[in-house]
Amino acid sequence: MEKEILEHGFNFNRRRFLSSMSLGIGGVALGSLLMPDLFKSNGMQDDALAPGIPHFAPKAKRVIYLFQNGAPSQQELFDYKPKLRDLLGQEIPPSVRGSQRLTGMTANQASFPLVGSFVDFKQYGESRAWVSDLMPYTAKIVDDLCFVKSMYTEAINHDPALTFLQTGSQQGNRPSMGSWLSYGLGNENKNLPNFTVLLSRGVGNGQGVYSKLWSNGFLDSVHQGVQFSKGEDPVLYLRDPDGMDRTDRRDMLDNLSQLNELSYQEFGDPEITAKIKQYEMAYRMQTAVPEVMDLSRESDDIIKLYGPDCLVPGTYAANCLLARKLSENGVRFVQLYHQGWDQHGNLPYEITKQAKDVDQASAALVTDLKQRGLLDETLVIWGGEFGRTSYTQGKLTADNYGRDHHPRCFTIWMAGGGIKPGMVYGETDELGYNIASNPVHVHDFQATVLHQLGLDHEKLIFKHLGRRYRLTDVSGKVVKDILT
Amino acid sequence: MYKLTCLILLFCGFVISIQSCSNDSSGDVQEEKIPEQISYNFDIRPILSDKCFVCHGPDANKREAGLRLDVAESAFQALKENPAAHALVAGKPELSHAYLRMTTKDTSLLMPPPSSNLKLTAHEISLIDKWIRQGAKYEKHWAFVAPKKPALPEVDRTEWPKNEIDYFVLQKQEQKGMEPNEESDKERLLKRLSLDIVGLPPTLKMMDDFLADQNPKAYEKMVDQLLARPEYGEKMAIHWLDLARYADSHGYQDDGYRTQWPWRDWVIHAFNKNMHYNDFVTWQLAGDLIPNASKEQILATGFNRNHKITEEGGVIPEEYRIMYVTDRNDLFGKGLLGVTLECAHCHDHKYDPFSQKEYYQMFAFFNNVNEVGIESVIGGPETYAKRPLMEISNEDVKSILKFVNKADTNRLIVSVMGDLDSTRKTHVLNRGVYDAPGEEVQAGTPTSILPFNSKYPKNRLGLSKWLFDKKNPLTARVYVNILWQEFFGKGIVKTSGDFGMQGELPSHPALLDWLAVDFMEHNWDVKRLVKQMVTSATYRQSAVISKEKLARDPDNLLLARGSRYRLHAEFIKDLVLASSGLLNKTIGGPSVKPYQPAGLWEGATSGRGLLSVYNQDHGSNLYRRGMYTLIKRTVPPPTMGIFDASNRDLCEVKRAKTNTPLQALVMMNDPAVLEASRVLAASLLQEKNTQEEKIRKAFRLIVCRNPTEKELTLLTNYFDTQLKKMTDATAGKMTAVGEYPMTKNIDKKTLAALMRVVSTIYNLEETITKS
Repeated sequence: MEKEILEHGFNFNRRRFLSSMSLGIGGVALGSLLMPDLFKSNGMQDDALAPGIPHFAPKAKRVIYLFQNGAPSQQELFDYKPKLRDLLGQEIPPSVRGSQRLTGMTANQASFPLVGSFVDFKQYGESRAWVSDLMPYTAKIVDDLCFVKSMYTEAINHDPALTFLQTGSQQGNRPSMGSWLSYGLGNENKNLPNFTVLLSRGVGNGQGVYSKLWSNGFLDSVHQGVQFSKGEDPVLYLRDPDGMDRTDRRDMLDNLSQLNELSYQEFGDPEITAKIKQYEMAYRMQTAVPEVMDLSRESDDIIKLYGPDCLVPGTYAANCLLARKLSENGVRFVQLYHQGWDQHGNLPYEITKQAKDVDQASAALVTDLKQRGLLDETLVIWGGEFGRTSYTQGKLTADNYGRDHHPRCFTIWMAGGGIKPGMVYGETDELGYNIASNPVHVHDFQATVLHQLGLDHEKLIFKHLGRRYRLTDVSGKVVKDILT
Repeated sequence: MYKLTCLILLFCGFVISIQSCSNDSSGDVQEEKIPEQISYNFDIRPILSDKCFVCHGPDANKREAGLRLDVAESAFQALKENPAAHALVAGKPELSHAYLRMTTKDTSLLMPPPSSNLKLTAHEISLIDKWIRQGAKYEKHWAFVAPKKPALPEVDRTEWPKNEIDYFVLQKQEQKGMEPNEESDKERLLKRLSLDIVGLPPTLKMMDDFLADQNPKAYEKMVDQLLARPEYGEKMAIHWLDLARYADSHGYQDDGYRTQWPWRDWVIHAFNKNMHYNDFVTWQLAGDLIPNASKEQILATGFNRNHKITEEGGVIPEEYRIMYVTDRNDLFGKGLLGVTLECAHCHDHKYDPFSQKEYYQMFAFFNNVNEVGIESVIGGPETYAKRPLMEISNEDVKSILKFVNKADTNRLIVSVMGDLDSTRKTHVLNRGVYDAPGEEVQAGTPTSILPFNSKYPKNRLGLSKWLFDKKNPLTARVYVNILWQEFFGKGIVKTSGDFGMQGELPSHPALLDWLAVDFMEHNWDVKRLVKQMVTSATYRQSAVISKEKLARDPDNLLLARGSRYRLHAEFIKDLVLASSGLLNKTIGGPSVKPYQPAGLWEGATSGRGLLSVYNQDHGSNLYRRGMYTLIKRTVPPPTMGIFDASNRDLCEVKRAKTNTPLQALVMMNDPAVLEASRVLAASLLQEKNTQEEKIRKAFRLIVCRNPTEKELTLLTNYFDTQLKKMTDATAGKMTAVGEYPMTKNIDKKTLAALMRVVSTIYNLEETITKS
């Protein structure tokens, strides 16, 4: 076997060598130390390999991104604005609104009456962070979290805003953040995909998710997000057909690789040996994935921590627990999406349900990582694609209202991975409409995430059709104030 | 074990790099020798473009120190900051301040500045040094100069060429001391040819006939026979559907259903009737503007309405309308002109000589469509096309639109082009933002490519005339290159969507020009061009890669061997269906929904519209060619994506060719492949012959050649061991896959064992490879 590999090695060219190994830059950096000429005459890799990558010692090794799809209202969750209650029903001053463009849903609305949160807020922990009563579990861990209340974006509709947050561009066809990290840092676990995606849905008004959000764009497709779903085939086509056990599959693969080997002897094409290896990796995934998906061996304490829903496949709670397991097993980027946060109307009812879906399990994930000593090296992010307006959309009644999309400010939180715990960063004005201090643009946020993983967002580049692309496009500054 | 493997591979890589270094003197194609005569286009511009033009190039707003290095006049002028000095002084690097700044040890003066993360290599500096010594002569970018037909080069091995292509290819090889491979064996050649022309494997009869045909013209006969088949149009359509971002849903948010498929049927029809490229494209760009336009010509304009259209309530209509126009404009640049025009959407192009103003002049051609940003939110059949639209009646499909496969009597609507009666004003959009209009512009084209002839009407029809003007340097080259990529795996210009300064240089510039001019001289005849390519000796070479050639030319730039590439996603499906006998050969019609893992659409939907739930088709619709699988943009068909098919979001002219474990899982476990294995095994078991003969036949049907004795022995032994351990229960489960009816009176255990053999053959690397 060793001789065979050696033979194949001689015949590998650079690109195939890399893609079949899917080592990414970390491995590549090592490789280029050993063999400085390995990447010569190949513009593509040269660029990705700007000197010194990984650029500095990383604080985090992995990311878990708890995406709240549809844009949760900051006013009802984390951005406490008592003034809005005082001003209930009053028109938002034009000086505050400025020239903000509105979505087609409220552009023709005759008036824009302010509305405060229907739910109360309290302060918690040593950091005295404000959290609403909708998030009791999150309230208990505020000292592990860094709230950023001054996020802002450019898009006002779901599709472009989601795409912007995940790929750095509103139009799509660019690599997702997880793909960039997979490309930049490579694999820790060769038996699991490096970038995995988990979907769940609440009862609130839902917006779709799109596979372009976990697309590899112009990067090699080994960096594409792989969706893990509930049910018997957590990864597409993972399960062998009925009537075929592991021995049968091994027999088949042994025959197959002998046949492929004959073909290699005839053609000498390195793609053939790469193919043999991909079949072996597929075989290993068939064992590794069900193992990691198996929640039956989790202790009662863990089940209690995440809540009973975590035993129901496909729920947000189950996905949070699964995210921990995947991350623990070295998956570089675990991306969750929880749909249902688009409360244009009927907000009090829907957001209560949505918050209940995610509160316990999100907090449990942070606690669980912490107790395992993994929080330091895992960056957890919680947030949506934009915020919601301080005024109501549609009719304002005593106990019901809605909020439209709002790009100018929204709140996310981050935990672990070298982000300052127990911190609240950035402020909005007293009406929660504009940012009062420390604005954080989407590209700043992306630059910060990359930075925590040891990557300089200006150097993690890929040249495609003549242009050097980055996750942060042409802007972005690391938010140094929130780093430990 | 895996770690060990990594280490060994790293070590091997180390050895390769040593090998490739030691090969330099013997003519490695990637050698870094300084040429005798430095060419600006081939040696210098790529360096300046990549490392200098961002700040010293076409973008006026980002230009530093008033210095341009992309035009000679500016580079030789006295420097603004230091009038006594010049950036370039012909013949004198020591007086050329650009050169001095590139080589200085002072990092505060060094160019490019260290903060740019760009760096010149020693080799690049030597090239620039020599170029200045030789007079620092500038040339116009090769791709912006109209091609001239070069004379056929002289070659030594005059018996090798079969047509003109081969002279150019052989000459390069001879210069590098390489020799072409032998012609491929007949079986493999036929498989390659058949897959390339009709996208299907050859039938047993074709194989037998071709093997038996000793006529020296047997190959040419086979080419003609394949070119005449209706499946040719289906095969050729794929690259065009990628380019034209064709899909069956509107994209964006709710991603509702659309009925754009009659346009796709037209594309197949157009290739089959060998519509010449100039007409083919003119109809698509401007069919509606042709005097007395026919319904067919109007249908062709669906091309420019295949883009995504939003149905998300709450968008600002103008923002989206601008996106649609932008999409058309960018497609025109990338797909038809092979330039990254899109870069000038927000600012002057940083590398190529296109100003932002020129971008919007081009934009003006596509800005007059009678459309709105959002016409309707997700809904019923009335939303399946957006205005302007055409209706295709049952009468139409019986008479003028016979090629549209309309099977029912429902109303059928297709989005097409149609302009406003008045002219919508076009402005430069500052930073590309829809609500930041600047200077007003008139329709026009980038002068660096070819100024717009004032005799042409200033509309899309005039734009088509400009595109097919014999003086247009790009159109023919770009399409010839796209087709070359189809048949040889990669383009003569590898960056098929970028012929600009940042694009790759052609590996065979003279061949590209010869083909482009020849294509124009023969009136843009596509079938003729295809035939030229596949009948060349270059195409017919065997794909065997000797160790020597792999070391010297790993990427096969010299074409000294046949291309060896994995099939496109659609053709993998076709191969499985055709070889098992399941293929439904119907051409065209609404897209179909074959087997797909449960929950994919449902898990990612907003819950609205026809496509929120995947209602799988049954019966013969399960066995349609891969190109008819319904493409829902936000959740494209999974097996297609796994094998690198385009998601059809935007114009795409080149697919990736990856090799991943997910692909292995598809071939092993996709019920469509397992069903085909079962059906083929069952039909083989109906025949009265030996096990070995059955396996041989399966192998021939799938791999398209006779197995070697070794292969046959391996597979026969595998069959025997599987049969021995097969139980009734296992066989029952194994064979219960797929909806195709179970053949009666067959021993299930034998069936299951043979099915495993067939499935193994489907999983061979060679099966899904053109070799």
